[in-house]
Amino acid sequence: MSYINAFLVGGIICAIGQVLIDKTKLTPARILVVFVVAGVLLTAFGVYQKLVDFAGAGATVPLTGFGYTLAKGAFREVEQTGLMGALTGGFKAAAAGLGAAIFFGYIMSVVSKPKAKR
Amino acid sequence: MNKSFTKEEYSQYVKSVSPNSKLFLNIIKAFLVGGIICVIGQVIFNWLKGRGLDSDMVSGLTSAIMIFLGAFFTALNVYDELGRFAGAGSIVPITGFANSVVSPAMEFKTEGYIMGTGAKMFVIAGPVIVFGICASILVGIIHYFII
Repeated sequence: MSYINAFLVGGIICAIGQVLIDKTKLTPARILVVFVVAGVLLTAFGVYQKLVDFAGAGATVPLTGFGYTLAKGAFREVEQTGLMGALTGGFKAAAAGLGAAIFFGYIMSVVSKPKAKR
Repeated sequence: MNKSFTKEEYSQYVKSVSPNSKLFLNIIKAFLVGGIICVIGQVIFNWLKGRGLDSDMVSGLTSAIMIFLGAFFTALNVYDELGRFAGAGSIVPITGFANSVVSPAMEFKTEGYIMGTGAKMFVIAGPVIVFGICASILVGIIHYFII
C-alpha cells in the first residue's frame, strides 16, 4: 500500500513540475528552487507533514521533500536550542543529503567521461 | 471531410491540437518516471526501516542512497538519457538534484579539477541550497517568535 501512495503522490508532484516547465518560462534550475522553497513553506504551514505521513517517499524523494527536511530541522532545533537553532537546524537535518551530494557528486564527476552532447 | 482542408487550415488544426497532446504526453511521462523513482525510494526506506534503524537515520540514509544512485547513473550517461524522456519526472526527485550536481561538473572537467569540476558542481545545486537554507532560517526565526 505504501508503494501505491508513494507512486501516486511522487508522480503528481513531478507532473506539476512538468506543467511548470511546459506552461511557464521557468527553466528546470528555477523549478528546483521553486520546489525547495515550496517544500519549506508547506512544511511551515503544517501541510507537508500530512503528505509525508500519507505518501512516505512519494513526498520525501521529490525536491519539495528536501525543503521539508530543512524546515523540520530548523523547527526542531529552534525548539531545543532557541533562536540559534534557526541557523543550524536546516543544515543539520540536511547534512546526510548535502554531504552525499558533494562527496558522491565530486567522485562521480572525476571518474566519469562526458559523452558528446547530442 | 479531410479533403476540404486547405494546407493552411490543416497546419492551423495541427497547431491547435498538438501542443496540448504533447503537454499531456509529457505530463504522463513525468508522472510515471517520477512515481517509479519515488517507489524506489520507498523500497530503500522500508528496507532500512526493517533493519531496525531509527527514523532520522532511515530518512538521512535514504536520501544519501538516492543521491548516490542519481550521481552514479549520471556518470554512466544514463540519467541524462532518462531526462530527455521524462522531463520533470527525472528533474524533480532528489536523484535529479544529484544529476544537476554531476552533469555540469563532468562537462566542465576540462577547466580543471578545482575551478572546473569543483566549482561547476554548484551551478544549479548552489541556488537550490541558497534558497532552501535561507527559507528554512526564515521560517525557523518566525517559529521561534510564535511558539
